[in-house]
Amino acid sequence: MSQSPLDQPAVKGHNTLETDVLIIGGGVTGAGIMRDLALRGLHTLLIDKRDLCAGASGGNHGLLHSGGRYVSNDRHSAIECRIENEILKRLAPQCVEQTGGLFVAVEGDDLEFAEKFPQFCAAAGISCTEIGPNEALRMEPLLSEKLVKAYLVPDATVDPFRLALENVAHARLLNDSIYRPHTEIIDFRIDNGKITAAICRDNRTGVMFNIQARQYVNAGGAWAMNIAQKAGCTDVNLLYSKGTLLVSHDRMAGHVINRLRPPADGDILVPGGTVSVLGTTSVHTDNLETVRPTVAEIDRNVMEGAAMIPALATARYIRAFSRVRPLLQSSPGEDGRAATRGFALLDHTSQGLTNFCTITGGKLTTFRLMAEKTADLVARRLGNTQACTTDSVALPDGDACRWTEPGAAPRYWYKANNADDMILCECEMVPQSAIDEIVKCAPGAEAEMTLEAIALRSRAGKGPCQGSFCGIRIASYLYDRGYYRDTTGLTHMRDFFNERFKGMRTVIWGRQAAQMELAEALHCGLLGLDNLDSDCPEMAILP
Amino acid sequence: MKEETRHFETELAVVGSGLAGCAASIFALNRKIKIAQVGNTGAVAYTTGYLDLLGAVEESSKAVENPWDGLELLKKSHPDHPLSHIPAQDIAEGFRQFTTFLGESGIAYTGPQETNITALTPAGTLKKTLCVPATMAAGPQAFAAQRPCVIIDFHGLKGFSAREVVANLRHKWPQLTAARVDFPDMEKGEIYPEVMARALEVAATRTRLAELLREAAGEIKTIGLPALLGMHTPDLVRSELERLTGLTIFEIPTMPPSVPGIRLREMFEQVFPQKGITLIPQQKITALSFAPDRAQLNLRDNYGPIVIHAKAVILATGRFLSGGLEAHITGITEPLLDLPVHQPPSRTDWYREQYTDRQGHLIHKAGIEIDASCRPLGKNGTPYHERLFAAGIILAHQDWIRGRSGAGIAIATAYKAVQAAEDLLHARI
Repeated sequence: MSQSPLDQPAVKGHNTLETDVLIIGGGVTGAGIMRDLALRGLHTLLIDKRDLCAGASGGNHGLLHSGGRYVSNDRHSAIECRIENEILKRLAPQCVEQTGGLFVAVEGDDLEFAEKFPQFCAAAGISCTEIGPNEALRMEPLLSEKLVKAYLVPDATVDPFRLALENVAHARLLNDSIYRPHTEIIDFRIDNGKITAAICRDNRTGVMFNIQARQYVNAGGAWAMNIAQKAGCTDVNLLYSKGTLLVSHDRMAGHVINRLRPPADGDILVPGGTVSVLGTTSVHTDNLETVRPTVAEIDRNVMEGAAMIPALATARYIRAFSRVRPLLQSSPGEDGRAATRGFALLDHTSQGLTNFCTITGGKLTTFRLMAEKTADLVARRLGNTQACTTDSVALPDGDACRWTEPGAAPRYWYKANNADDMILCECEMVPQSAIDEIVKCAPGAEAEMTLEAIALRSRAGKGPCQGSFCGIRIASYLYDRGYYRDTTGLTHMRDFFNERFKGMRTVIWGRQAAQMELAEALHCGLLGLDNLDSDCPEMAILP
Repeated sequence: MKEETRHFETELAVVGSGLAGCAASIFALNRKIKIAQVGNTGAVAYTTGYLDLLGAVEESSKAVENPWDGLELLKKSHPDHPLSHIPAQDIAEGFRQFTTFLGESGIAYTGPQETNITALTPAGTLKKTLCVPATMAAGPQAFAAQRPCVIIDFHGLKGFSAREVVANLRHKWPQLTAARVDFPDMEKGEIYPEVMARALEVAATRTRLAELLREAAGEIKTIGLPALLGMHTPDLVRSELERLTGLTIFEIPTMPPSVPGIRLREMFEQVFPQKGITLIPQQKITALSFAPDRAQLNLRDNYGPIVIHAKAVILATGRFLSGGLEAHITGITEPLLDLPVHQPPSRTDWYREQYTDRQGHLIHKAGIEIDASCRPLGKNGTPYHERLFAAGIILAHQDWIRGRSGAGIAIATAYKAVQAAEDLLHARI
């Protein structure tokens, strides 16, 4: 990478960073802990071996549970969801869309279960209103005509990327807490029952360095067990469940639509801006690093989803993704769906450590509560007596974080009415000014910015073309601005398209096949991104 | 208003107006065959203007310097490939006839040579191609001769950055620099290549642009511009700008849909009817059926239904982008005649894990299979009908993207299909 004005060497002159609390894992939980501690006056350093929401935080429906999903088998989780749902709606409205949710049963579903649903909800304090099938069909015309029961619940949707970005941005604003992406824990130095340093590697440069903190928090999600083991802790036991979801080209429904039955494949459709997300399959996996959707999982989701919403069988899909959910193993032999969706905070004192803890399990909806419990422990250990305030202080609305919201970019662009501010991503209407703002000041942008990192912080590449065209245009723009000065931009482009393709590979049929044919003709046939390191010296573009 | 069905009688019906369809019409014109051509011309606008024959042997990362040698290699490694069945002299003749026709119709091209040209792309990468529009020819020459050169882009034109071209090419072309100018009368806001190209058809715009270009070039004598030098008379626009500036000027393709593609489309739509072709562009045919002595095509345009009777039909409907093939969750089909499609056993096999894998993706090898006379095979493995021929990238056993061979397959198979159709017409009429 060439040195540009925006490159900040991460470690200048010395190889140790210092902070009060090191938080490992840039999911929503890690981001939430960062903000919670900053509100209590504690300085933190948040690291992630990839980038914000690279794990389960970014790989879910974006559902803000009402709790309805858990009323029949996990009332405790259901109640937690209900409370957190209300807090987030109140304090982080910019990250939430209040869609409402429907639980629907179709012919052939277990009617006895359906009849009991309102009682279950009542026991958890969750509002639940039965509506007639005709009224439900009026609300959501794509629902199956074979609908027999429908209940309204206060489900909503939440943008986990924006949530993480806003939490990190607020912590930075409060006390200069730092977020550092692409930073991986290699080992811990332990002395006398205390971790004295975390040995880290910058995964882009390969440079090793140390982080010294007074407290160390493991919020590694699915990777929490591996991280705990690096500190010699054997008390974190996780089950890994692979979930696969699909993103449709259009928004198929206004509400969250849940199948009214015990959790199973293809039983929920969640709107997200201009698209809908269908999921999910659940299979046990031991592999954390290379989970990819399979054609069989895609077909299963589509088939099951079509029982609720027949149009899903013929819908156009633009993307599929798989992520590993960490589930707490309480008794051996449990399957992924039956394992608890609760979370656990381990203080590791039984492992002989007094300044290390692990928070894992749980779900997006309860991230704030998980952060609160963790921050309580950390603060207590540091003698900090300030109480948690994340249940009363509103999450500020940060300018550089706003670009992940569907529809936000065109709104700001239209309002600014600047003819010179050209749209770079035409599917999602992301203008040059958005890219400028993200490159300059979005959390994590202090270090090197790739096309992938820009896409994570905006809607660029999220539309039907999945970045095929805007990837080229944004790269051109970054060259233009002098951000790229050599062939690095080409490798970033190639890597970005390869990354987006992982999510497209299993859903390329119908119009997506035409889209892909054109994209590949451009990327490979014309630009030669399949041959950047050609063994023919004349053609090799990479020096 | 009552709609009257219009009837046309022709010898050869060409279905599809991409490169293969247009090439077929040109070859048939040269053989004095009466033609009707129907179908979308959409994909032509996506061409860069470069006419590739063979830029790489599929599954190999090696660039092909000499495409004629490359074809010999292809014959050995890929005997099923459509280009492996066509004599090199026929392919060369096809390219000659095709580029000659384009030249006579107002878009001059370099003819097919012994070796490939190393051509420039809008990202500053290089690609191997056989023939280029005359407006682009000076670029590869300047690169080969390593002449000092300025790449010029325009304020407000997105997707083409001179700095990008220079950043990626400078280690291979140290004498390359970048400059930016304001396009006359389009100084503010976003501007579009098509609009700029049409503006340059006007002499006054050229005069003003020439001044800016001379200034931007400084002491340097060769400049490269994004491809927008005129829509209908690109060669005139370029030579006029060269005369006004005293510079050598060349175009670099922009991202599609691009001006060179639109030039070809508009030229075909204008010239073909003048040459006596019954051209019904932008309309898809709704049915194609065969009787022993003729084929019938049904379609409609804004004025109502159309029926075409033809003695022979060439199917050149392209792949997924043009609708010649359809990919479904359950498999790939050919929608017009439901011809059997050679394809991987399952959707799992369509794509490899890595998008830019040099091996390419198996979905691109899917397509319809033909016999030695270019006749598509039906369900029982024999020709679907003796009057039906096929050409272009709808054919199986090729990956035109990884082979950098799209125009080559279109032109060569169209040449062969017209030959076969002519044999039938002469034998039977």
